[in-house]
Amino acid sequence: MYFAVLEGLRRFKIPHKFEFISIISLYAQWIRDGRLKVSSAWNVQGLKFTVQDPCKLVRQGLGDTVADDLRFVIKQVAGEDNFIEVWPNRSNNYCCGGGGGALQAGFKENRRRHGKAKFDQLAATGADVVITPCHNCHTQVKDICSHYQGNWETTHLWNWIEKALVMEDRSREGKNG
Amino acid sequence: MIDLKGLRRRVKAEIEKAVPDARIDYCLTCGLCVSGCPASGIEGLDPRKFLRLLVLGRDEDILETNWIYSCTICQRCRYACPMGIDIGRIVYEIRGMRPREKRPPNLQRSCDLQKQSNSTGIPNDDFVWVVNDVLEEVRENEPAWRDLKAPIDKQGAEYYLNQNAKEPTVEPEEMVPLWKILHVVGIDWTYSSKWWDGANYCLFTGDPEDWAYVVRKQAETIDALGCRYYINTE
Repeated sequence: MYFAVLEGLRRFKIPHKFEFISIISLYAQWIRDGRLKVSSAWNVQGLKFTVQDPCKLVRQGLGDTVADDLRFVIKQVAGEDNFIEVWPNRSNNYCCGGGGGALQAGFKENRRRHGKAKFDQLAATGADVVITPCHNCHTQVKDICSHYQGNWETTHLWNWIEKALVMEDRSREGKNG
Repeated sequence: MIDLKGLRRRVKAEIEKAVPDARIDYCLTCGLCVSGCPASGIEGLDPRKFLRLLVLGRDEDILETNWIYSCTICQRCRYACPMGIDIGRIVYEIRGMRPREKRPPNLQRSCDLQKQSNSTGIPNDDFVWVVNDVLEEVRENEPAWRDLKAPIDKQGAEYYLNQNAKEPTVEPEEMVPLWKILHVVGIDWTYSSKWWDGANYCLFTGDPEDWAYVVRKQAETIDALGCRYYINTE
């Protein structure tokens, strides 16, 4: 969880020499720099994507900058026209209801009731795929989708980046991968 | 009628001591917090009512309600609050006031396991074994990825990568796409064989010393490896 480390280092003044960064920022940077080549050519069906902005990464972490990076990556991977914005979004987004230890705490009915706002919000986009870049969000969004009978697929972002990778021919002998 | 003599407000005083900038008395009762809170109505409470209980010294109700575990400390209310009141932080403090034996056992257990290494409690050796096993399988079965890498404890790697414990424990194949991405980009990265978990459930139990302990262990591990960047995967 991004916030656990970010705020932990800050609040408890924990000495460290490294710089703390998010994989989402790096994906965006690498695509912009041309180090990570992706194409949406695979998406011939025009699968529609939307996103869950994780509270811990966006509102409590890097703010709207990382939310914009997240959208940039999804659009590069799925196609500009295949991203459907969710409302409200970015720092103003609703929590999925699975964070804060709710998935572990065991009040299942309360957790699903909390998740109804998220379900309605995501269902309204009509997207086929919901990208959840946080594990708590992933588990909760998957659960409320099945509980309230939604019909989207809940996935991490990396699966689609892998799908969209533009590979040089790495299979030939003697070529360095 | 409110019994003013009965107002003890011990909980409020304790929070104000722990969080000098809590601003509890600044609340205008405008309700903007409630309008964007998906936990509104659960257990008969919402952020505004919760703050009222605190102000009115209803300490028993505050300490007993399980609403504090439906509030996910997402800070959407703080984002909306014109007075900048951080109800999530207050909920965090109240979670910590509960005796351990009265907390949700699975949540406390996740933190207790976290303090030993990772939230699912798998041994570090199993993590290393799973990573190497999955890697070997990909290298054998996918010719385009026969030189894929997943280094562990590589001294001096530029990037350190954490790994949410859910993957090696229940869905190990989910680790592979990221390895492939890092391989294509060509960065020099490493996992660690200890304190490798990307989660930290001690953020949610309410004991700052537990949260700090886990972050400190992670920081020491990464600095000992000499990595310049710590990549968080979620």
